[in-house]
Amino acid sequence: MATKVVMEALSPTMEEGRLVKWNKNEGDQVKSGDVLAEVETDKAVMELVARGDGVLRKRLANEGDASPVGTLIAVIAGADENIDSIVASAGAASAPATAPAQPAQAAQGTEAGSAPSEAPAPPQQKAPTQAPSAPPRPTPPAPPRPPSAPPAPPRGNGASRPAPAGGGRQRSSPLARRLATEKGIHLGAIQGTGPGGRIVKRDIENAKAAGVAAGPSAAAERLATEGDFKDVPLTQIRKTIARRLAESNGPVPTFFLTAEFDATRAAELRTQLLEMGEEYKVSFNDIVIRAVALALAEHPEVNAHWLGDKIRHFNRIHVAMAVAVEDGLITPVLFDADRMTLWDISGKARDLAKRARERKLLPEEYTGSTFSVSNLGMFGIDQFTAIINPPEAGILAIGGVEEKPIVADGQLEVRQRMRVTMSCDHRVIDGATGAKFLQTVRRYIENPLSLII
Amino acid sequence: MAVLTYRDALTQALREELQRDDRVFLMGEEVAQYNGAYKVSKGLLDEFGPMRIVDTPITELGFAGVGVGAAMVGLRPIVEFMTWNFALLALDEVVNAAAKMHYMSGGQYKMPMVFRGPNGAALQLSAQHSQAWESWLAHIPGLKVCTPGTPADAKGLLKSAIRDDNPVVFLEGEMLYNVKGEVPEGEHIIPIGVAELKREGDHCSVITHGKMVLVAMRVADDLAKEGINIDVVDLRTVRPMDVEAISRSVQKTNRAVVLEEGWEICGMGSQVVDFIQRECFDDLDAPVLRVHQEDVPMPYAKNLERAAKPDAGKTIAAIRKVMYLD
Amino acid sequence: MSTETKRPVTQKPKDKPTARNNGADGTGKEPPKEFAGTTPELRRELLHSMLLQRRFEERCAEAYALGKIGGFCHLYIGQEAISTGVMSMIRPDDYVITAYRDHGQALARGISPRAIMAELFGRDAGVSGGKGGSMHLFDSQTNFLGGHGIVGSHVPIAAGVGFAIKYRRGNQVCVCFFGEAAVNIGAFHEALNMASLWDLPVIFIIENNRYGMGTAISRSTANEDVLVRAKGYRMEGETVDGQDVFAVRESMTRAIERARKEKRPTLIEMKTYRFMGHSMSDAVSGTYRTKDELEENMKRDPILLLHNKMYEAGELTEGEMHKIDDEAKAIAQDAWDFADASPEPPLEKLYTDVYTDTSS
Repeated sequence: MATKVVMEALSPTMEEGRLVKWNKNEGDQVKSGDVLAEVETDKAVMELVARGDGVLRKRLANEGDASPVGTLIAVIAGADENIDSIVASAGAASAPATAPAQPAQAAQGTEAGSAPSEAPAPPQQKAPTQAPSAPPRPTPPAPPRPPSAPPAPPRGNGASRPAPAGGGRQRSSPLARRLATEKGIHLGAIQGTGPGGRIVKRDIENAKAAGVAAGPSAAAERLATEGDFKDVPLTQIRKTIARRLAESNGPVPTFFLTAEFDATRAAELRTQLLEMGEEYKVSFNDIVIRAVALALAEHPEVNAHWLGDKIRHFNRIHVAMAVAVEDGLITPVLFDADRMTLWDISGKARDLAKRARERKLLPEEYTGSTFSVSNLGMFGIDQFTAIINPPEAGILAIGGVEEKPIVADGQLEVRQRMRVTMSCDHRVIDGATGAKFLQTVRRYIENPLSLII
Repeated sequence: MAVLTYRDALTQALREELQRDDRVFLMGEEVAQYNGAYKVSKGLLDEFGPMRIVDTPITELGFAGVGVGAAMVGLRPIVEFMTWNFALLALDEVVNAAAKMHYMSGGQYKMPMVFRGPNGAALQLSAQHSQAWESWLAHIPGLKVCTPGTPADAKGLLKSAIRDDNPVVFLEGEMLYNVKGEVPEGEHIIPIGVAELKREGDHCSVITHGKMVLVAMRVADDLAKEGINIDVVDLRTVRPMDVEAISRSVQKTNRAVVLEEGWEICGMGSQVVDFIQRECFDDLDAPVLRVHQEDVPMPYAKNLERAAKPDAGKTIAAIRKVMYLD
Repeated sequence: MSTETKRPVTQKPKDKPTARNNGADGTGKEPPKEFAGTTPELRRELLHSMLLQRRFEERCAEAYALGKIGGFCHLYIGQEAISTGVMSMIRPDDYVITAYRDHGQALARGISPRAIMAELFGRDAGVSGGKGGSMHLFDSQTNFLGGHGIVGSHVPIAAGVGFAIKYRRGNQVCVCFFGEAAVNIGAFHEALNMASLWDLPVIFIIENNRYGMGTAISRSTANEDVLVRAKGYRMEGETVDGQDVFAVRESMTRAIERARKEKRPTLIEMKTYRFMGHSMSDAVSGTYRTKDELEENMKRDPILLLHNKMYEAGELTEGEMHKIDDEAKAIAQDAWDFADASPEPPLEKLYTDVYTDTSS
């Protein structure tokens, strides 16, 4: 009789655990009570014990993997026992059947083997500083990840996709699959609104509007090239803060920084460049993008993505610019914008915008950005707050340039002014970090010659 | 443009073709002296005489065979079945003789003939007088099967059918005979095998034929008030079927409802669905749904018959379902 | 579709004028009465035609057994006087339609034996392009309207042909053959009713060989007097000895006149017997008919009957008989060789002639 080894709730508040270390190997003889692995909970590192006798036939989680409570992470069985069906069901990264709703229930562990449960360590043991205690748990568990790290599920073929949340096959209409492929959207990230959870066309359209970026898609793969980034693992503290913030403020805990830049010298530069000839013409948007790109180079912690269990700081800088098209918005990307001259940016931006409006952009042209810029100045907007495109950490919203009276050194002056608002994901960017970044952007824009050096 | 009833449009077509080619003749029960059970052949006996407008005994198999023989040696018979329900008796001549003659003779004998008559249900005619036959006949290679739903289509298609050198099954409808519509004058010919988009919209394709075309148009009007705009693809011919027209529509709207008056199992609509799933697989946002008669012989009682028949309400429900609106 | 120019019904032997021609025989014998209206040449042609059918059908039986002919194969052996007698009386512009036991009639009508055998072998050069087979021989050049597989279904078609003749005010006739079992089927009745009602020039010929497949007429037909049906449809009719080619011809004289002049149909019952089974899948005897019965009836072999009459009249020697027979065998062999060497229809022809592209 096989024993399923699941990620147990080793503390009353635990929702997921990270497997730090396996103490037993596949093929080892184990008996009830043996320590199988060390698991980091939301509070401490705990021991996961075997709840049955037999051979540890399969380990389904790797060291370093985090799994929601209830995930199958190993199987103990007779040496020759057929465990195929049990292992197969592990592909269904099912939500824990019994999400620990109350601490009392958590104390009994989840559907472990037949052995009576041992009392876990008392909840308060070695708890790191944590402001309020964990709130009651009405929310569903975090989006489940498979216990091991499987390759990116194939897109475009619902039938062969490993089943996502809920344990069933993810359904999608043929049209939705085609559109998802075209737009580089990962179906696994979408909740279908059709019957039986079927993903249908409107779900893809809504996902695009909300800016659901590709998951394990070509864009992500491009960004994941070795040497192009450094991953900073989240500490548990960071995680808990993040989770609590998320629970209180929607999916992305956002705050906003506003500033007003002086664009007078940038305007003068523009005029001078125009006098030199058509081919030197640049727009304010181009100027902003270049300034942002250069600033990002100085603030890699802003040129970052929130990846759930880590923050990725990118070494390369790919700035997305929002372009209004007929029935929505699309964000073509200027890759390595920091290495492009102002005129490169100008030409490329113009080309991308044109093709965006003609619907001729390829998916790899509008995915893969590290940071975004949105400009509504040409529509007469003074200032606005843009919505972050997850998993990016920030987006800069530019208003129009307008002539305004300001006071400088006690004197009344008429200057060109530009108001910007930066939306920041608080899980990645703190107030000070964001503010410093904006200061750098200001420096570039208010000293525009630095953009063409 | 003249406004004619479907019946008069047919009469006009018959008259014009009888005048145009004196190999054409009409035969069937009550077509001559009685002026036609449904008056489609009204006045034709007086104009063309008893050799060309021929009253037959009640011998469907026999006179269908007579038509086959006449066609084999160069005449162009129009065989009228008083209703297609009676044609079941004649199917041996329609299928085993007319449909197959050209093929099994190695191309030596053509069958330039038309089998026509009202098809499908009317009002409270009960089980034996209410069947829709298109799927039986469209199954047979060698036959062409036309299902006009409007007066203009009736005229244009009947003229084409009479001129066609192949055996053409022409399915009319008692409930259609009084329907009025604009009919072009003169040589109004509609090619067999070409569908028509009777309404245009981006939200859903409704593919239909025959009597149900009017239902579909009513549905289109009703839904337009709610801001839902549908394509109505009127097949007009079910064999050969205009697969391109169907594909064009479904590729645009991404969802389809197939509306027919016959039964479900192996009904005409199942063929439409097959074409759609093959040609438009990647364009479908929802499964294709069908609206059809309930799987029962047609009952007599008015309320039961109404419940058995496909109608606008059932069609709208299906459209809303494929649009994920409810 | 034949691949050669139409052969005449028979191949005329090179006749040497002898005292035996025209019945003026050295022995002084009187020619039989039934010879009236025919010449010795014609009688030889009739004999040749019947022998050709006989030898051809025998080769068919052989070919079927060897697998060269597939499906159903219904042999005409024993009934040759009917086909030969009828065809010798009608014109090329008259029409012929029959059921599935059609090889004899097709040969008697003058369709190329090569083309018929090729059709049976399923070759492109067959009369119907290999698309029809044994039961569906068609030849528009000789107005041979097939070859039909459903019992009785071609009888209304014959009425339709008669209708067209009348419609065009022609004086052709349509001859329609079927077996006696077909007089029970609905299509037969509907057709006869209309033919009589509308005065159509159709000659309906019942080839009464007493067995509808395995069922003797006594077991299938309440009124075995099949001809009584003519009266039921206010139609003229007669019964003749179908093994006697002269009797067949004579009855046709009346029927043809009636059709051409009066535009009235006729029902003729021609009593005959088939020497083989219903088809190649059927036993020759011993199941539903006894060997004795078969042998008894084989004594009235139509070929034998004609041969004997001609021999007794002194216009045919054994040697000449053998010569005619040898010619018949040679033609049958030639047809076999031709068919065997013919290519099958190309695969594209699977899709041809389902529809015609023409319109008027």
